[in-house]
Amino acid sequence: MKRLAKTFESLRSQKRKALITFVMGGDPDVGTSLSILKALPSCGADIIEIGMPFSDPMADGPVIQLAGERALAGGCTIAKIFDMVVAFRKENSSTPIVLMGYANPVYRYGVDKFAHDCADFGVDGVIVVDLPPEEDQIVREALGNQFVDMIRLIAPTTDEARLQTILDGASGFLYYVSIAGITGAAKANLDSVRAHAALIREKTDLPLAVGFGIKTPNDAQEMSAFGDAVVVGSSIVEKIAQLREKSDRLGQDAPEMAAVLDHIRALSGALKASA
Amino acid sequence: MQSEPKRPNSYRKGPDESGHFGPYGGRFVAETLMPLILEVEKAYLEARDDIKFWVEFDKYAKHYIGRPSPLYHAEKATQHFGGAQIYFKRDELNHTGAHKINHCIGQILVAKRMGKTRIIAETGAGQHGVATATVCALFDLPCTIFMGETDVQRQAPNVFRMKLLGAEVRSVTSGAGTLKDAMNEAMRDWVSNVHDTYYLIGTVAGPHPFPMMVRDFQSVIGKEVREQFADRYGGLPDTLVACIGGGSNALGLFHPFLDDPDVKLIGVEAGGHGVASGEHAASLTGGTPGILHGMSSYFLQDEHGQIKDAHSISAGLDYPGIGPEHAWLFDHKRVEYVSVTDEEALDAFQLCAKLEGIIPALEPAHAFAHVAKIAGSLPSDHHIVMNLCGRGDKDIFTVADKLGVKL
Ligand SMILES: Cc1ncc(COP(=O)(O)O)c(C=O)c1O
Repeated sequence: MKRLAKTFESLRSQKRKALITFVMGGDPDVGTSLSILKALPSCGADIIEIGMPFSDPMADGPVIQLAGERALAGGCTIAKIFDMVVAFRKENSSTPIVLMGYANPVYRYGVDKFAHDCADFGVDGVIVVDLPPEEDQIVREALGNQFVDMIRLIAPTTDEARLQTILDGASGFLYYVSIAGITGAAKANLDSVRAHAALIREKTDLPLAVGFGIKTPNDAQEMSAFGDAVVVGSSIVEKIAQLREKSDRLGQDAPEMAAVLDHIRALSGALKASA
Repeated sequence: MQSEPKRPNSYRKGPDESGHFGPYGGRFVAETLMPLILEVEKAYLEARDDIKFWVEFDKYAKHYIGRPSPLYHAEKATQHFGGAQIYFKRDELNHTGAHKINHCIGQILVAKRMGKTRIIAETGAGQHGVATATVCALFDLPCTIFMGETDVQRQAPNVFRMKLLGAEVRSVTSGAGTLKDAMNEAMRDWVSNVHDTYYLIGTVAGPHPFPMMVRDFQSVIGKEVREQFADRYGGLPDTLVACIGGGSNALGLFHPFLDDPDVKLIGVEAGGHGVASGEHAASLTGGTPGILHGMSSYFLQDEHGQIKDAHSISAGLDYPGIGPEHAWLFDHKRVEYVSVTDEEALDAFQLCAKLEGIIPALEPAHAFAHVAKIAGSLPSDHHIVMNLCGRGDKDIFTVADKLGVKL
């Protein structure tokens, strides 16, 4: 069974919601970023989303834009993210990894090679923000051939007809972008998320993750009611941004790292408390 | 492209139903924007088939923009180079001083049909921003213009114009603070305000249907040239020349001639310090295929797919990409794409002013620099039409600075 399916099944049987943590790959530098990755599962991250930095992140707010700039300045590439995944997998074979980014670097890397390397190195799913169903066939099929899931996004603007189009090619889980906006924006209106999530639930058994605008343990707890997972990004990345001020290439036991990891523990704790 | 693409029956039929020109174009946007993009497409296709829409477009084109713009036989330039006959399509005489107003009138009418109540746009030189602010004043809609910080500085007169017209100008500090960054920020605003906002894109770029729609509105240029040339001189011109930022003035001129194989079409990209220097804005002659700003096209990028900053003396050409239809025409070799350096454009800018008493914008100065290169070696019965798509008032500060003159 695939790692993603196994994770959701096990969490469902424990009646728990998954915490998906987003970090930008290579932020603030590749060494520190790897230390953070390795520490995430023990702090309560159930699934790890790694951002692939892009020069023009059109769906991201300032926090993740700056993280991408730091990562690129530190020389991060898709190849280096795969190296990080390999190092991570030496210690952890159970926590699913999802790569998230924009189409151009993936195309430039080579779609088939990318899919192949995802499978070889232990990546379980891929989200490409600027590939809506109308344009994702090439990447989706390449990933599918390697048994890697293409995670599709659903937005508040998605109507019922489009929802069906999205579901028809979806695998792994569905990612409900809870606000019509960019990452780091204000939290979504709960009633709106409830209504959309209910509609999605009616049409599919795939696990549902809710993301965008979820920052605090309290947000995570509230939003977790509507799906199987919550995604937290900007508020983690904001804490990582502060590491930069202190020192490069931090190990996971470095005292500075505590602020990042305590935040993950608090998010995880909030989800477990509501289980 | 590995192999030569198959020649289509017509070059004027694109894009296909999904918005692609061969492998280019498409709709590479976040799901949040997709429903809205489909709505824009629907609204435009309905408008395109509605005679009333075009009656209204023509009314504004004639009485507000001042169309048709003249086709002027530049006899002194012709004499100077001593070869081909040179004609200027005088789109710099349009209201607001450039061709951008053509697609602004068209798009604001579409936005009105859609019931949108707020307009946003990106701008480089500020010409598209001024044209957008102008139609927003005319149609009484609030508008926000995104402009890179660098451009805000080098195009200060246009920033003030936009403000006079009632627009809010937002200075964008990310990246190099030029056109690509302004476009990123406009996209971010759009995705956050889909319910009431229309993104009035300033060139034949972005997700489908924008490249097609902007081209259709700008095609008024080429249609007029066809008629004006046939009326006065008979037949068709031999060569058309236009500068290329995103490619709207060029495609507007070229599109009605794409299926006339005897008409040679030349697009002039901004060569900056020279394509070999790496500091330029020549996406076709110096770039590679990629995906950005909702479209598949040619872009300046590194080996990891990170987009590079463009460089051009002309803020309106300072964009590391190009509209997808140009990418397709490039692969098919239907249009020849060349580049002209900052220096050559600067010389052409001054030459045009002195020869013809017309101060061109730095953008069409690139086109004129190429005309200068080819005209002399062509026979006197060869007719070149160049798109003089903007006037140069906005550029006098940049040019003075380059020439070491303090204003
Ligand atoms: C006068 C003028 N010409 C050309 C351009 C470049 O745009 P396009 O290639 O879309 O015509 C601009 C852009 O600002 C402009 O102001």
